[in-house]
Amino acid sequence: MLNQKQAVLLESPAKSNEPAPPPPVKIHEPDTKTVGRVTVDKPIMTTREVDVYYGDKQAINNVSIDISYNEVLSMIGPSGCGKSTFLRCLNRMNDTIESAHVTGKIELEGHDIYDKKTDVVTLRARVGMVFQKPNPFPKSVYENAAYGPRIHGLARNQSELDEIVENSLHRAGLWDEVKDRLSQPGTGLSGGQQQRLCIARCIAVNPDVILMDEPCSALDPIATAKIEELIDELRRNYSIVIVTHSMQQAARVSQRTAYFHLGDLIEVGETSTIFTNPQVKLTEDYLTGRFG
Amino acid sequence: MMKTAAKIQASLKKRYAAERRFRSYGLVSVAIGLAALLLLFISIIANGYTAFQQTYLKLDVQFDEAIIDPKGTRDPQTLARADYGKLIKKTMRERFPDVKNRRDKRKLYKLVSPGAVFSIQGMVRKDPRLIGTTQTVWVPADDDVDMLIKGYINRDDPESARRLKDKEIAWIDAFAATGSMEKRFNKTFFTAGDSREPELAGIWGAVVGSFYTLLVTLVLSFPVGVAAAVYLQEFAPRNRWTDLIEVNINNLAAVPSIVFGLLGLSVFLNFMALPRSAPLVGGLVLSLMTLPTVIIASRASLQSVPPSIREGALGMGASQMQMVAHHVLPLAMPGMLTGTIIGMSRALGESAPLLMIGMVAFIVNAPEGPLDPSTVLPVQIYLWADTPERAFVERTSAATLVLLGFLVVMNGAAVWLRTRFEQRW
Repeated sequence: MLNQKQAVLLESPAKSNEPAPPPPVKIHEPDTKTVGRVTVDKPIMTTREVDVYYGDKQAINNVSIDISYNEVLSMIGPSGCGKSTFLRCLNRMNDTIESAHVTGKIELEGHDIYDKKTDVVTLRARVGMVFQKPNPFPKSVYENAAYGPRIHGLARNQSELDEIVENSLHRAGLWDEVKDRLSQPGTGLSGGQQQRLCIARCIAVNPDVILMDEPCSALDPIATAKIEELIDELRRNYSIVIVTHSMQQAARVSQRTAYFHLGDLIEVGETSTIFTNPQVKLTEDYLTGRFG
Repeated sequence: MMKTAAKIQASLKKRYAAERRFRSYGLVSVAIGLAALLLLFISIIANGYTAFQQTYLKLDVQFDEAIIDPKGTRDPQTLARADYGKLIKKTMRERFPDVKNRRDKRKLYKLVSPGAVFSIQGMVRKDPRLIGTTQTVWVPADDDVDMLIKGYINRDDPESARRLKDKEIAWIDAFAATGSMEKRFNKTFFTAGDSREPELAGIWGAVVGSFYTLLVTLVLSFPVGVAAAVYLQEFAPRNRWTDLIEVNINNLAAVPSIVFGLLGLSVFLNFMALPRSAPLVGGLVLSLMTLPTVIIASRASLQSVPPSIREGALGMGASQMQMVAHHVLPLAMPGMLTGTIIGMSRALGESAPLLMIGMVAFIVNAPEGPLDPSTVLPVQIYLWADTPERAFVERTSAATLVLLGFLVVMNGAAVWLRTRFEQRW
């Protein structure tokens, strides 16, 4: 049985070009050393003073940042800077690592996702994730896309399920390529197709936020271009947080960029501003390729 | 000072020599292993292949109504109880009319297996119209005759050292001379249970006993083993208790099997009062022995499922249980089955623990269920290896061949499963 709070969480706002009015959120001005404005006017997710520890080692140090509706937020930084760790906090994937320990507050539309009453299953249905290495299930293309709707009971009958599957494959730009081989294994597709299948699988449950952890790092440039196009397309309906190693990619796909360094969130700002006029020396050094 | 290239040149020869040496050590080890295996197979086959044939005698039996059914009622009870031995004795007497002496007659009768009586009885009960006619019947010869024909009794030995005396050999030769004796495929060996008479003994009872025992073992150890492995691998927290359990499972896998037999004797038989010699108890004991193997193999198989699949499922909002049931378990299943089959083939070859729970009894009939007393193949081999008759030597080897055949098939199935369903990510 769902309790009331979970029932509220389940009810996702209608997807449209117009962002739904967010529930009243008490804006809590974060205590942070980050340069640039970390808050947005209408956040879908807010994180405040988040620390992450792996055992005794601190991986994320006092990070506060908002995620807006219908935007792509890119997180960049050198290897080991904690951007993936932070991303994985947003849908509590760090729960699977036993030594990981998260403090601070992360809210999805005003509800604390680390609250005891929040069900992690519901949370992950609303905050989907695409991983670095394409990881389609070793099942058919159809089963991959149908998996989420199936476990969450989103389709009442077969034809509804078919519709959801077709729809999500369409939106992932994969339908024309796979419509004749829906019953073939998803692992038999090319790398780029596999990654788009993973995106289709993710949007089949109609999440609010999609987290992408270096989704193109295992792909060739053409497949990468397709995914980037897709990300831009998906922004109309979803909020997207993308971790990337490629600064060009961040510049191409995102509206806002956050620069991480050794567990600290150094600088946040409009992507155009960050890339042309970084405020912090560290950011500038990274962007100009002095280290990385 | 030498140039680097020259230094390398100088050391190359030594390096290659070491490599060659190392490779030859490996080859020698493999060769020794193969030679041992070959020796084993050759000795078993050489000893055992003759058991697949059995000497039969042709008798013209007169189904005398006066002996079988003097009143002529054809009552099944009467037909079942009639003295068919008399028919065979009469036939033998008529065949060798010169034999007058009582002792010689008894020896003459003994050329035919006691089992001949049952085959003639069976014929009559099946078709009572045979009474009053004379039929040509092939009946199994006694094991001594069989041994002589197969060359295991040496005619050149002095008479006193032979089990068959000159007279008996003469009668046998007379049978052979008239074409009334031949070696046929030994069907009895595959269809009969145990017997005191080698020519009537077969492995069927032991095979059925092994089947029921393994069935009980499989039904118990597979679900329990898989459930334990899934819990320990996927759900259990990592702490001192689970570490302790893990160490103990590994220890359990190394416990000598006879100890499980002792445990079965005291718990299943003495405390729970389950039936002695039953495949049920055998299966329980072997499950205890197989469980650690199944658990260890299943855990290894679960562990080999890549984390990306788990993350994919969890990232979709699948619960832990759904992730395991929908993704991890199907991918780990071939490995689990392989481990189970290997555990099963170990259980099939096991005899020590079964001796402790009384499966070593002499049992003629094949069991009809897991509660009937029975024996199993390896114990049957052990029993036969212990008998003095020469004819049981070849049967021991033949039964070993059958057991090895089952083991090869099972291990082959495990290898097939592993390659057929091997997943590449």
